[in-house]
Amino acid sequence: MIRSETLAGRIARFGGLGICLLFTVFPLYWILVTSFKAPGTIFAYPLKYWPGDFSLDNYRGLFSQSNFAVFLVNSLIVSTVAAALSTVISLLSAYVLARFEFVSKGAVMGAFLVTQMIPGFIALGSLYILMTKLYLVDSRWGLVLVYVAVSIPLCTVMLRGFFENVPASLEEAAMVDGCSRLSALFRVLVPVMTPGLAASYIFNFVNCWNELFLSVTLLNSDNNKTIPAALNGFISSYNIDWGSMSAAAVLSIVPTMVLFAFASRYIVEGLTAGAVKE
Amino acid sequence: MAVLQTERPVRRPPARTSHRRQFTGRTALVLLAFMLPAIVFVALFTYYPLLNGIQMAFRNYNLNDLSDTSWVGLKNFRTLLHDDMFRGTVKNSVVWVVGSLVPQFLIGFAMALWLRRKFRFRGTYQALVFFPWAVSGFLIGILFRWMFNGEFGVVNDLLMKAHLIDTPVPWLADAKYAMVAVIVANVWYGVTFFAIMILAALQSVPDELYEAAAIDGAGKVRTLFGITIPSIRTTLALTVLLRVIWIFNSPELIFGMTGGGPANATHTVTSYMIQVTQEGDYGRASAMGVMVVFVLILFAIFYLLAIRPRTPRTTARKVAG
Repeated sequence: MIRSETLAGRIARFGGLGICLLFTVFPLYWILVTSFKAPGTIFAYPLKYWPGDFSLDNYRGLFSQSNFAVFLVNSLIVSTVAAALSTVISLLSAYVLARFEFVSKGAVMGAFLVTQMIPGFIALGSLYILMTKLYLVDSRWGLVLVYVAVSIPLCTVMLRGFFENVPASLEEAAMVDGCSRLSALFRVLVPVMTPGLAASYIFNFVNCWNELFLSVTLLNSDNNKTIPAALNGFISSYNIDWGSMSAAAVLSIVPTMVLFAFASRYIVEGLTAGAVKE
Repeated sequence: MAVLQTERPVRRPPARTSHRRQFTGRTALVLLAFMLPAIVFVALFTYYPLLNGIQMAFRNYNLNDLSDTSWVGLKNFRTLLHDDMFRGTVKNSVVWVVGSLVPQFLIGFAMALWLRRKFRFRGTYQALVFFPWAVSGFLIGILFRWMFNGEFGVVNDLLMKAHLIDTPVPWLADAKYAMVAVIVANVWYGVTFFAIMILAALQSVPDELYEAAAIDGAGKVRTLFGITIPSIRTTLALTVLLRVIWIFNSPELIFGMTGGGPANATHTVTSYMIQVTQEGDYGRASAMGVMVVFVLILFAIFYLLAIRPRTPRTTARKVAG
């Protein structure tokens, strides 16, 4: 900006930004504080804004009274595998879509984009029926397959964008040197695209980790449930145990937040790539 | 989170790397093999259920009684239009979308303007306010359900400390206040998205325009409406469009926070649709889904027509004139 800033303007700006930051951070802080309060003090009045005596009782309770460890492991497995599979599959399709012209290319891209516009839950009912027929209801692997399918279109579009920033001469040179197309892709292109691939992977992982309705619909036994499905179970039970609930919330938020902190730069880049060019 | 997806693909620079190559039959086979997994997955687990779901809207399809799954035409739609509950959810949806969108837009715009000027820790600041994006709508619902708790909620405590209220407000138990509470939670979630999109657009406005405005002696307000807003109107318009669709389509937050209650006061069309799906009436739920898509497409068309640039006026002339 050209215009120099007055003192009042400066105060207004930092004041505004400060309020926005407080507004953003406070709910997260509050759930964290609640999770460390001893069960008695959660419902004590006046409210304590600093837990004073840190207690891990809520976390202990969560693991002893529910299968939370199982849910955590299930979520980890499902999200890790689904994100990896969809990233690899999307890598292949993005490569083709970025580098080659063919007749049905527009149709494929269009079909991928449409999946992003239509609310997925129209398909929820018939997806359940389909999974019943395939004997994949209440199976973590069934959920993985669905998550892979849901992640592919966007991941492909994202990776296609990253491919476009890499000159085609790179893999052409490798192929002249005797690489096959597949090995040129994995040996030459993949190393160059690591940031983009990592961002796509993290994005897919976080989406799978947070997904609610598919997991609630497709999983029902306690051994297979992922965290969102389990939290939904906690919520429908009559009285919510807010101590365990906040511990569960913290445990399910922290991993994605850490990942996002690493990838947010690339994710923001991806989000705004188009918008910047007016 | 799923819908962060929606906005991604929309505006990309046109593909530059379309090397028109003559490729042999063998190459074509290899490429087909590369494409095949993606196509098979999407076709089987996305398109097949989607199309199947759409045709269910015209059938009598209730999991609790599958003896008669005949074609019933528009019956499901008629039933819905006469369903008071459904009409209530339509009204709630409108309040929910407009009530969430307007504050998100205004606060997001302000944040973007404040963030334009570089300062120390700007990167850290942006990373911090980006955090809500890592949290699922459902968990945000749970978070705010706890904060808006009528007896032990921190919101009441803070409001009472600030002497804004004398007695605790039963936020989520009273139909009057519940919608306000879910909207506050949703604003928390969505503000950053606006801020980031608008900030990115702001950074593409050339400084010369501001210099020209300063020379003309244009004040702050005039610069904002004469230069800033016209220069980024495309981004503003598209961001709003995507947000409307996204807010409309995401019932997770409401699901976690109120479950549609109290007395259906926060039930939106999509949260109602999920409920009907879970009750097993796939026919009626699908009819709702089809209506949602239809209305959103209509909305998008009218909206895009309304915001298209009418006369090619340059921003510079606006300021000078």
